[in-house]
Amino acid sequence: MKNIYLDLFLTFARIGGLTFGGGYAMLPMLQSEVVEKRGWATEDELADYYAIGQCTPGIIAVNTATFIGHKQKGILGGIIATLGVVAPSLVIITIIAAFLQNFADYAVVKNAFAGVRVCVCVLVLNAIRKLWKKSIMDTFCLIIFLAAVLVSIIFDISPIWIVLGAGVLSVVYCAVRRAVKK
Amino acid sequence: MYLMTCLRLYYEFFKAGLFAVGGGLATLPFLSAMSTSTGWFTQQQLADMVAISESTPGPIGINMATYVGYTTAGIPGSLIATLGLITPSIIIIIIVAAILNRFKDSRLVQDIFFGLRPASVGLITAALVSIVTMSIVTVGKVSFADGIDLVVNFKALILAAVVFVVSNKVKWHPAFFLLFSAVVGIIFKFAGA
Repeated sequence: MKNIYLDLFLTFARIGGLTFGGGYAMLPMLQSEVVEKRGWATEDELADYYAIGQCTPGIIAVNTATFIGHKQKGILGGIIATLGVVAPSLVIITIIAAFLQNFADYAVVKNAFAGVRVCVCVLVLNAIRKLWKKSIMDTFCLIIFLAAVLVSIIFDISPIWIVLGAGVLSVVYCAVRRAVKK
Repeated sequence: MYLMTCLRLYYEFFKAGLFAVGGGLATLPFLSAMSTSTGWFTQQQLADMVAISESTPGPIGINMATYVGYTTAGIPGSLIATLGLITPSIIIIIIVAAILNRFKDSRLVQDIFFGLRPASVGLITAALVSIVTMSIVTVGKVSFADGIDLVVNFKALILAAVVFVVSNKVKWHPAFFLLFSAVVGIIFKFAGA
């Protein structure tokens, strides 16, 4: 008999270790490993978990792993699936970080990273454009977006306050909009 | 001292995990604020971390936490930062799982996230501005009398344009573009070194 905890850990470790690009790239892997091969969730359940994982705080992959682990084996299952999904990152990144600390002062490494940083700008811009389509629904959203950009550039304020402020404003706005429609 | 650093790492990443909505790069603005408030790493190192996180497997937020944790407090640091980041997720999801159907259909939850998502995109955009100002455009002094003193790095601007156009034409893996940019950076001495 196979140990379900071990199976949860190893399955999610494989998913974490084989998906590049985080959250959004992970969906096809989850479909094949979790839905088709193991039957831990149906296609619909996975879609629900994924949607909620995106709109609750935290890392999407971690949220989805917690959901599926929790469904199989309760709280401990949730924790074990999550530890599985982060384990490969911990190992790989620690090795790379240790390597880079020793080589960071070489001219070739400095030049390479100066080039890489330019590329990062473009990759982040592309990610923003993708998110834009799903987030900026009307003028109110546009105003929130612009306010968040300006406030966080001009003032030395924690992003936490901007997130909380936007949440409160949004509740008020949606209530007013409903009242006006009636 | 070391113990304090570890506790602070856990606390800072716990906060990021609790308030970063939308996955992946949503942690970026929190790390940017962390760089200013703790001095654990520079904005430049942060951009390097993004590059490494994007080109290695695994969730980007986790990769960044591990990297920051390691550079701040060694191997225990990488564990502590990652655990800090995932703790709020585990707690929230276990609660949500118990009330899944009510949560899904809750009008309040939908209302909150209607405005949270644009705010999150705005925060990521602000973080992008800070990466741009150290890799493509250098901001000299800023004053109301003289305006902003901008120095554009044209080599970098051309590379950015090329990557932008090509990455929107073809669906190649980000690691490919990062590798290409690293090679261009070495050949054309982007750091001036």
